[in-house]
Parts: sequence; structure tokens; C-alpha cells
Amino acid sequence: MILNIFTDIHELLLGLMPENIVHITELVLIAVAYLGIFAILGLFLVWLERRIAAFFQFRLGPNRVGPMGLFQTVADALKLVSKELTGTEKADKFLYKIAPYFVITTALMSLSLIPFSYEIHAFDINIGLFFLTSVSSVGVLGIFLAGWASNNKYSLIGGMRTGIQMISYELSVGMAIVTMVVLAGTLQISEIVEIQKDGWLIYQGHIPAIIAFMIFMIAGTAESNRTPFDLVEAESELGAGFHTEYSGMNFAYYFLAEFVNLFLISSVAVILFFGGWLSPFGITDTIPFAGLFWFVIKVLGVIFIFMWFRWTFPRFRIDQLLTLEWKFLLPINMVNIVLMALMVWLGLTL
Amino acid sequence: MSYFSDIINGTKTLLTGMRVTGGYFFVNFFTKRDVITQQYPNNIETLEMFDRFKGEVIMLHNENNEHRCDACTLCEKACPNGSIEILGDKAKDPETGKNKRFLVKHIYHLQMCTMCGLCIEACPVNAIDWGQDFHHVEYDRSLLTKVLNKPGSKIMSGIKG
Repeated sequence: MILNIFTDIHELLLGLMPENIVHITELVLIAVAYLGIFAILGLFLVWLERRIAAFFQFRLGPNRVGPMGLFQTVADALKLVSKELTGTEKADKFLYKIAPYFVITTALMSLSLIPFSYEIHAFDINIGLFFLTSVSSVGVLGIFLAGWASNNKYSLIGGMRTGIQMISYELSVGMAIVTMVVLAGTLQISEIVEIQKDGWLIYQGHIPAIIAFMIFMIAGTAESNRTPFDLVEAESELGAGFHTEYSGMNFAYYFLAEFVNLFLISSVAVILFFGGWLSPFGITDTIPFAGLFWFVIKVLGVIFIFMWFRWTFPRFRIDQLLTLEWKFLLPINMVNIVLMALMVWLGLTL
Repeated sequence: MSYFSDIINGTKTLLTGMRVTGGYFFVNFFTKRDVITQQYPNNIETLEMFDRFKGEVIMLHNENNEHRCDACTLCEKACPNGSIEILGDKAKDPETGKNKRFLVKHIYHLQMCTMCGLCIEACPVNAIDWGQDFHHVEYDRSLLTKVLNKPGSKIMSGIKG
């Protein structure tokens, strides 16, 4: 028996109002729920990053506000909400104001595609992965616009670097995803997870899948603008890069979106390589909502690897960044796709 | 073929770096062995500063309540912002019968001190040194003006005036 509280809520609403209004109400409810997830995720990941960074650097990190300092980031967010929104006088006001919403809307849209468990999946379409990569590409526009509209040389350099970096590394992320899609044979996220009931894709695809995973992790770090690819912000060179001129809540949008993008890229890694919400060897697949637990555990593991990268590697120079992408990752990726296609064709997958 | 060896070497060195930092993380995450953060107000009883910490200027006294200061005022002159005032006096030395300077009060204005250490470097007889006490909070700034020589103390024998 599947305990489905969502069906219960649906029937409860049907008893209260006509069917077409129920539909709209449910859409609103889901949107509000995802906004909540967005905020909580962003705040939690900021806290996690600070704690983990502290342990890497022989410190303790925020540990005063709430248990283990969990509410530190909530307090920080409240501070940012209460701050004045400033801007440069000669900024392009319209673009300047609209830019953060590009970033936050696309992050939120991408979040709707992520299956937290078998039951919790807001938007499951047959071109799910394609939609996810396209939507998250739009988020770059927000960063680019912010750099341009601020009318500040540091912001502009940051924005230009974003353009270079994103165009380059989106290719690698896309091709690593394509490699796994060749193996999975579908773009629908729920089906990709279902296929992995016999073994996670990183096991099914063995050598090319592991190469694709490594490329995905490298390019994913670049996509989420994290060290060693944080040329976009580059505190030591550009002030704060593209968001130098943003303050208060507008700054917080970028800050939260950055961490939600980290969650997104980790979720895609988990869906593509580590079986999404599936438990290892199917031990708890019959328990409803157990998938949520496994999904969160796996995503946190991948996020930890990203944070490990961040506190280990120094920042690239811009020419090194481009050399890495165009001379190393891209050729390897192309060979890897052919290798994967051959393996699927010859039936060498496990 | 340096292309492929570059890739392999690069991966290897990256993994070496990750092993080092990962070691730091797991040691500190599970045992907090190497954590150097001091949770200051909570460990106020047990906190000890390291030897070279510049907390305040102190005057060294031995067990007979004797110090080495001969009131030469070199530290007063060396101080860039006048944090040190020396009140000296002259008295007849019982051994030689000559007039000799001795220290009455070594006044130290902690509220003006920038901990630059020039006075300690200037002292020819090593009479003053760094103390490790850092807990200087007072409600009145006059309480920060300290007399460094202890009451009743006198100069050690053998220090040339």
C-alpha cells in the first residue's frame, strides 16, 4: 500500500472547490512549496559551505546562532532583507533591476525538474534533461546583464568572463550529459532513474561513464562559478565581479541562486550517475518517501566533493581556463561519446 | 605524447592535493584535534596566549620584588605616542657615595599603546617585556593607566645607573 499524502490533499481540495480551481490552487501550492525549498536549500547550503570550509582550515565556523550555528545564515538573510538597495547612478536601471530575477527564476525553474523521490517530482516531461540544460543556460544571462548594466569596470570584466566561461563549459556539461543519455536511451528524468534499478549508470557504463562523471564534475564546478573557476567573482581581482554594485536583497538573490545552482548540478550528477532516489541494491525501495532520504544523502555527498574542490584548488587564469576546456575536456568528451555509443551498440554495458 | 602524460600527471597532483586537504577535513570534523579557534568568552578561565603574543608591556620583577629598571628613560623617548612616563629621582648611592638615578614610578598608558614594541627594543637592561594578558576591558579609561613597578620594589644590585 502506498501512503500518498498528495492524493489525500488532492481529494481534500476537491471536496472544497470545483475541479478547475483545484488545479490552479495546486499549482500555487506547489510553487509556494518550491519557493520554500529554494530558500531553505540556499540558506542551508551557505551554512554547510561555511562549516565545511572551517574544518578544512582548522577553524570551527558559525556555531553560535541556534544548534550548531544552523540559524546563522537565517540571521544573515534577515540582515540582507533589511538593508538598503543601492545602485550606481549611471547604471542601466531596467536591466540592473531585472538581472537578479533571471538568475533566481531559472534556478527555480530548474529546481522543479529535480525528482526528490518517486513521489515528489513536480514537473516530469519527456525532454526533462534537455529542458533542464536549456533553462539553466538562461541563468547566465542574468549574470551577464548584471555585469553590463552595473556600469562598473569590475562588473563588466566579471560579466565578460562569465560569457567566456559559460559558453565554453556548457559544452562539456552538455556532452557529458549526452554521453549518459546515449547509455540511458531517454531524456525523461523519471525514466533515467527507473533504468538504474539494475545498477547505477556509473556501474552500467563503467569506463566511459566514469570519464563522463569526471568531466561533468569539472565542468559542473565551472558552471556553478565555484573555485577553481570563480573568475567571474574573483574577490582578489574584481571586488565581487558581476555583483559588485548589488546590495541587500538583490545581492542575496545572486548568493542564494549560486548555492541552489550548486544543488542543481549535484542533483543532475546524482540522477545521471548514482541512481537518483534509488537506494543502493534496492534495500528500501518498497518504503514510500525513503527515496527522499537517499536522494538527499547522495546529493550532499556530491556537494561535499564540490566543496572539497573549492577549498583545495587555487583559481585558474583565464587562458588556462580556456586551454582546459578546448584542448582537454572537449576532445576527451568527443572520444568518450563515441566510446559510449560503441559500447551500447556492441552490448558491452553491464 | 606529453598531452596524455599531462592529463595523467594533472589528475594525480590534483588528487594528491585533495588527499591532503581531505585529511585536514576529516581530522577536524571527527576529532577537532587541530582546530585553533578559541571560543573566547567561554574559555576565559583556561585560555593561554602563546609566548610571543603582544598583550601589554610589563616590568619584570624577581622574587625579592626587585626590577632591573634604572630610570634611564630610553623607553620613554622611544615611544612614538607618549604612552610611557618615567618618574625618577636622585639619591646618594650608599656604596659609591655618588648621586644615582632611581625609579619612582614607571607609568604606562595602555589606552594609548599601539603594541609596537619599540620601548622593549630600546631598553638596554631588559627591564620591560611583553606580557600575555589580553583581557584589558575596563569601564573607565583611567584604570588603563598602570604603574609597572610594583609598590616597594627597588632596583636589582649590579645594574649600572
